[in-house]
This record gives sequence, structure tokens and C-alpha cells, in this order.
Amino acid sequence: MVVSGAGIVSPMGMDFAENALGFRAGRMAFSPVTLFDVSRQRSGTAGQVHLPDSSGGLSRRAASRMDRGTRLAWLAAREALAQAGLSGGAMPLIVGTSAAAMPIGENYYRAAHVLPENRRAQLHRVETYQPQRQMTDMARLLGVEGRIRIVSNACASGANAIGQAFHLVRSGRAERVLAGGYDALCQLVFAGFDTLQALSPAGIPRPFDAARDGLALGEGAGFVLVESAASAKNRGARVIAEITGYGAATDIHHLTQPHPQGDAALLTMRAACEMAGVSPEQIDYLNSHGTGTPLNDIAEGNAIQRWAGEAVSHIKVSSTKSAIGHLLGGAGAVESVICLMALEGQWLPASLNVRQADPVCTFDLIREPRDASVRRALTNSFGFGGANATLVFAKEGLA
Amino acid sequence: MRKNLAITGTGAVTPAGWGVDAMMAALAAGGTIPHSLLERPLEASAVVTPVLRVPAEGSTTPKFARLRRSSPISKFAAAAAMEALGASRLAEIAAGRLRVGVVFTLTNGCVNYSKRFFGEVLADPALASPILFPETVFNAPASHLSAMIGSTSPNDSLIGDGSGFLTGIDLAAEWLERGDVDGCLVVAAEEIDWLSSEALRHYSRDFLPAEGAGAIYLDSAGGPVLLHHLPDPLPYNSHARQSAAGGIRQALDVTDDGHTLLIDSQSGIRRFDFPESAAWSDWSGPRWSPKLVLGESMGAATAFQVVAAVQALNSGRFHRAVVSSAGANQQAAGMVLERHR
Repeated sequence: MVVSGAGIVSPMGMDFAENALGFRAGRMAFSPVTLFDVSRQRSGTAGQVHLPDSSGGLSRRAASRMDRGTRLAWLAAREALAQAGLSGGAMPLIVGTSAAAMPIGENYYRAAHVLPENRRAQLHRVETYQPQRQMTDMARLLGVEGRIRIVSNACASGANAIGQAFHLVRSGRAERVLAGGYDALCQLVFAGFDTLQALSPAGIPRPFDAARDGLALGEGAGFVLVESAASAKNRGARVIAEITGYGAATDIHHLTQPHPQGDAALLTMRAACEMAGVSPEQIDYLNSHGTGTPLNDIAEGNAIQRWAGEAVSHIKVSSTKSAIGHLLGGAGAVESVICLMALEGQWLPASLNVRQADPVCTFDLIREPRDASVRRALTNSFGFGGANATLVFAKEGLA
Repeated sequence: MRKNLAITGTGAVTPAGWGVDAMMAALAAGGTIPHSLLERPLEASAVVTPVLRVPAEGSTTPKFARLRRSSPISKFAAAAAMEALGASRLAEIAAGRLRVGVVFTLTNGCVNYSKRFFGEVLADPALASPILFPETVFNAPASHLSAMIGSTSPNDSLIGDGSGFLTGIDLAAEWLERGDVDGCLVVAAEEIDWLSSEALRHYSRDFLPAEGAGAIYLDSAGGPVLLHHLPDPLPYNSHARQSAAGGIRQALDVTDDGHTLLIDSQSGIRRFDFPESAAWSDWSGPRWSPKLVLGESMGAATAFQVVAAVQALNSGRFHRAVVSSAGANQQAAGMVLERHR
């Protein structure tokens, strides 16, 4: 199973090349939130994507129906297809999202309190709020003809979507699958994380820092074209990397807090590596879930220690959320694409803003981007509700 | 046929009551269940919406700490899941002898808490309740199920229209065939709130919004009701709704032999029912339309069709049951179940 196309939109940039440049340079991409009122929140910054005013080739009608998150997804999915040398075609679409078109739902709620109600406008909001409607329209615009699955496992959604695509191709049920994840910033979710005191008051997340004080939210999308190696070869498609392993498990410790020892994370890392046929010391880069909250980073750090055992000091780890924030349903997919960049460019992105590493970091925490030999990369995604997922990617020919 | 996959447990919470028996009794009796009125007061008036609610009496919500703070959707789902799973399997999971996955399908999710939380955010985000927010996440009800049964096996939530329950069964079948799990709960649930109820009636004033949960236990060890045929759904990005419904009818490849029951997704509203009606216009055999009795429960609706199909086969009256679901805005899907003979 190979990846023959990848697309990404993040606060760092609007495509693969811009993002690769930004992560390679160790840039940060946080800015004041301008999409909604944050004046009464503890934090006022996030990784907000600055979308161009132009519709980017969408008709006015299509643009009017598309919510912000789907627009991010459409841009990333379009790039993934283009990179793969495809202009649509018959393939399933598997998408992960957590908030989906929540901004439209928020508008529906506000309008429902204003009488006389404009029923036609409300019906439009009801219909376009639904993610299956958004993804159906997006697939149509992309020329993608095939069944659609929308996975909503909170912050692991994007990784689960790619994992499901991997299995569909692996089992022979599909020759290729377009898969990814997305989420846009919205007021309900921003306020939600703020009420949980999960947002960094300073607005700058410091994953794995001993004095980390929370995460920053972000928005964006990542998509990949997962394809059988035979199909890619027959088409003469360029192979970016292979997907070699996927693990999924459920952390039943608490709705929002991970098991302190990272039990489920350990399960998914072990399962993904077993499927990939690799041992921890063969993983050249680990893109951590690394939110920057006190509880997450400890749990994940403990899981990495248990998983890697004596090899832990050789495991190179970073959290790219330190640069763009936590993209929720999009995170697992965007971070998968960042792993592909590392494999392609032979460099490692950094965990930024670390002043003093937490003692849990017995692994090699990458604090500045660096050149490296990257043959295999692993990415972790953990979500509310205990959804845990791990993906393993490898350079072509290493599987 | 998917390799020896069987549905060996069912559960339901519907406006007819808590449990599969209550649902089947209502379907047998026919006629729509009496509705109640959901009133949303506004400054100078009120919006009144007729709805079908799950009755409070007879609740079989399992006793589980996490459910104390959860909203109705999680309680409905928990009750239906436990009924489908059964006590003996719960003991097997606890003993580490059974790996049970959870696939949860839904359209709206926890609208009660979302509405309350967003209302608080608009009033003053600094004072909004941190207890509410985690329950607004789409996969919160599914998370409670895994925690309740003590299973760390995979747990996926899928959003979609009502037909998504069949996509959920397809995903569960994948897990079973790969050996990722020994059994899988597939659950669909919705709860009533003015947000979703009024939203539904923007499509048609004739819709009767409803709530509840349906669950099945899918098992790879075989059983009396086998999953005979589950074709890929036909999505509306590449098919018009009518041609998708017709395509599924063809893909299911069933004929009326007098012993086959058709369970469709008809709501009684002609303009929404037309594609499926046209697809099955030649069907003269036995036919049930659960929505005509149980109302429009959106993401949970097809789960009730599947539960009814399994019960019909278990009763011995039919040897085959066909489920047809022409979803609202995603796909048309269908499934054939057979009684093992």
C-alpha cells in the first residue's frame, strides 16, 4: 500500500511545498483569532488559516454551500489527487472530522432565536451543516465517485480515516482510496477547550516542556491518495511512501483524560509496528500526538518509554502541534502528511518552544529541525473519548 | 455472503418503550405512537413541534458512573447495547476471553448538550460549563459504551444519514473478517431536542421527529441469522437518489418468494419516499415500514429496520429479510439477512 499523492492546508501554508518549507525552517504559525469573538476567553490566538478571498475556482453556488472546514478539505484533497496524477475517478472517500461544519450549526442556532424566522435560509443551514452533505458535494467537485465514510473519533479521526483506507486497499476491496481529515476553527469548540482550561493562556504551546501549560488550537486539512503498489506501478505514479502499519485501540480510563501510563497508546504503537514488521529502533522519526497539555504529554511519554524499552534514547520525537496547533479531526491526517515530508526531504521537524524538557522525555526530543536519514516514520493520534491510532510510513521498498 | 457472520443479539430503545419487545409490539400493532409536543418559548411566542419521545418509565439504562452526567443519547445507546450484548458476553469480556469492538453511527449526536453549551458560550464564554463540552463530541456516546463494557478494542463513530447504520455493519464485518475483534456491537442512536426536531421539519411539516437507539451484536462464530449480502452503498455524489435506490434494489438481487420480508425506510411523505417506492414498486410480498410507527429518528432509523428484520427471522415467519434504506443526503444502501436452515 503506497501513498501516491498528498495534500495539506495548515496555518503554515496552503500546499505541500509551503508547509515543507515552514516545518523545515522551524517556523511557528499562530496569530490572533479573527473568525469569532474571543475577547472573553483566556486565550485569543490559534493556528488560523488565512484563506484567500477568491473562491479558488469554485462556482459561486458551490462556494456558497461549502463551509470553511470543507473548503480546507477540498483544497488539500485536490492537491492530493493532482500529486497522484488523477482528476477524480472511482474510489471511496474516507474522511475524518470532529467539528465538521459547526460554524453553520452555530449560525442556525443564532438565527432560530430571531423571529420571524427565515425558513428558507434555515433549511439551507440545516442541509449544509451535515457533513455527509458537505462531503458528497466535495466528492462531486473533485470528480470522485465512490462511497463516503465520515469518521468522527475526535482528535484521532484523520488518522483513523487513513488507517481505514489502508485496510480497504490492503484487503483488495478498493484499488485506491482518497482519505484524510479536516477541521476548521469554530466558536463552540474554541470555548469548549477554554472551559476545560486546556488552552495555553500564553497562546504558545510547549509540548514536552516541563512547564507546558496547554495546547493551542489550529485548523487545516490533510489528504492522501492510498493505493495498491500494483495500481501505482501500472499508472506510472510516483510513490511518496508506503503505509506499512496501522493500529487502533480505545483508552477507557476517562472521557477526556488519557491513562497516565499510556496503555492504549502502547497498544496502538505495538500493533502498528507489528503489522509493519518493524521494531522501535527501526523507527527513524516519531511524530507525537504531543498536545502540550500536562496529562497528554506524560501519558504519551510513558507509552513511548514502554514501547521502545532500552532503545528509547534513540527514538527521535517531536510534536508539530508546537508550530501549527492542534487541528483536532484534521490532526492525524495533517501529521501523516508531515511524516511524508520528512521521508521525502530527509529532515526532521521540531518540537518548538521547549525551554526545559519534561523528565518523561528520555527519548531524543527534536528541538530544532535537522537533516536526518528517515526511512520509517510513525505518527500517533489520540482523541477525546479514548480513540487512539498509530500509523507507520516507510520509504518505498522498505516494507 | 460475508463469511459466516451472524447477528446474534439485538437491542432497541424507541418511542414504543425500552427493549426490543416493546418495539416489536408497536410494529405489530401498527399505527403511529401518540406524540407529545416540544415547546420552545421565545420572547413573545413559542415554537411547538410534535415529537415522539422515548418514555421515561421502564428505563433500562445500565448503572454506570459515566452515564450519570451523560445526555439521553448515551443512555439510550447503553441500554440498547447491553440488551444486544447480554450478560454472559459481558462476563467474557471482563475475563479477557472476548474482544468486542464498537461501531457507532449517528447523524446529530448529542444535540441537548451542544445547545446548552453553545447557549452558555453566547451568554458568556468565561462562565460556560466544562462538564457539558466533552459530551458534545460526536464520539462521546461510543466512548461510554467501550468504557461500560470494559473493552479496549477498536471503537469508531461514523457520521452520516440514516443509511449509515449499514456502513457501520460493513466496517464491523471488516474487523471480524480480519480478526481484529471476536464480536462487534453496531449501535445507532439519536436524541430529541428542538434543534434537530425543528431542523427536520424545515424539510417537511409532515415529519414526526423521533429518538432512540438500535443495536446489534455481530458475531463471526455463526448463528441463526446470517448476514447474507451487504452490497456497497450507492452514494449520491455519483448517483441521483432515485437511481441509487434502484441500483441497490438490483444489487440486493431478491425476489418475492412469499417467505421474504422487505423492511423499507418509507416515512409516509411521498416526495421523500418516491425513489425507494419506485425501486420496489413490483414488490408484492410482506413489507414493513418502521418509520410509519416509530417516527423519523434520523441516524437511528435504519438500526430499527435491521433489529426488526432479525426479530422477524428469529420468529420463524420468514426465511429471508431485506433491508432497504434510501438515505436522505448521502447514499442508498441495503442488506439481505437469512435464517440459517
